Amino acid sequence: MAKKVLKFSVALSAVVGLPAVAAGLDVNVGIPQLQVAEYHKPYVAVWLENADGGVAANLSVWYDVKKRDAEGTKWLKDMRQWWRRTGRELTFPVDGVTQPTKPAGAHALSFAEGKNPMPKLAPGQYKLMVEAAREVGGRELVSIPFEWPVKQATSLSAKGSTELGQVKLDLKP
Amino acid sequence: MMLKKHAIVAATLALAALSAQAHDMWFKPSSTVLSKSDWVTVDAAVSNDVFFFNHRPLGLENVKVTGPDGATVEMKNAHKGELRSVFDFKPEQPGTYRVTMLANGVMGGYKDANGQPKRVRGTAEDILKQIPADAKDVRITENVRRMETFVSVGKPSAIANTGKGLEMKPVTHPNDLVSSEEATFGFLLDGKPAANLEVELVADGIRYRDGVSAIKLRADSNGMVKVKFPRAGLFWLSADAQDDKTTVPQAKERRLGYVATLEVLP
Repeated sequence: MAKKVLKFSVALSAVVGLPAVAAGLDVNVGIPQLQVAEYHKPYVAVWLENADGGVAANLSVWYDVKKRDAEGTKWLKDMRQWWRRTGRELTFPVDGVTQPTKPAGAHALSFAEGKNPMPKLAPGQYKLMVEAAREVGGRELVSIPFEWPVKQATSLSAKGSTELGQVKLDLKP
Repeated sequence: MMLKKHAIVAATLALAALSAQAHDMWFKPSSTVLSKSDWVTVDAAVSNDVFFFNHRPLGLENVKVTGPDGATVEMKNAHKGELRSVFDFKPEQPGTYRVTMLANGVMGGYKDANGQPKRVRGTAEDILKQIPADAKDVRITENVRRMETFVSVGKPSAIANTGKGLEMKPVTHPNDLVSSEEATFGFLLDGKPAANLEVELVADGIRYRDGVSAIKLRADSNGMVKVKFPRAGLFWLSADAQDDKTTVPQAKERRLGYVATLEVLP
């Protein structure tokens, strides 16, 4: 009971205190509808890259989490750049990062700075990286460069041509 | 018949050692980068064209699979066909697994008491026993050859060197190759930098282009080679060296070879 009250008061102070909303980013990942004989939902990785190409944060990884014997992890390597940069260092499932695969459509993700899985970011240049790989399909990587911290709310976007549709990045100061 | 076979094998090996154009040995792994423990199958052959089965299978007697901890991994379903050998293995632990063939031995010939030429090939111990005391014109060459390929589960682990023969000491890990980035490999001869070593790279798919189009590289004074792969795919790397630092007193010459199969991802 005491725990609940404490939680409530923290939440309340966050609302009352300044800034009202923690800085963060909203990502919208578009998965295109594909007319193919054999369709598998894509595996998708969303991460932040810093100026030197290093990984600043692993935000989201979609794969077939529920398969028996972690069989779904077999294809994680197909998100090649992500796998090489950070995937192979991780143990799956990753708390707050691993998510199930998603069907065609637009999928909204929201991340607040300092809240798992998005750490506090040092000021600098970053790139939002979104990589998709599909079994019996292709692979595509889309990136959106941005500067952190943001002074005012900004909307950026990029478009994939095969495995990814519109990728939107809303930066919140 | 048996003798004839041996002679052919010896001749083939001799040719392979002499010239890269004759017959090349190679491994062709089904996967080199894994995100989960899974079966890997390897084809192995000796052929005119790298990665095409058109000559004979590779003998698997000297082939070994070792795990990241150095322990031997069991080879399953080993099969020797007419044109290729096949075996499977299952890497279980994260890290780099290594498929290695070490072909160390001697070959050569002598004339027996009647002046008849005889060919010999095998381990140094066996050969020296085979050669009669009254043999004339004994010519023995020592062969030290290493062929390998690498498979990593999860994060690749370090690759150890033995300090014997011609070896690769990767700067860029062989399971970390992409066509968009330059890779660096070091080469060692008996553990020391193989300065000025000539290294050749041949891309898979010779049959589907007009020439072999080998990429010829030369190691610098530190035995280092830098390469930007022209495309993704399998690449066959080969280097040869020759010297007189034999470990068999009867051999005047030592021939060294190093071959690796590398997979470059897009």
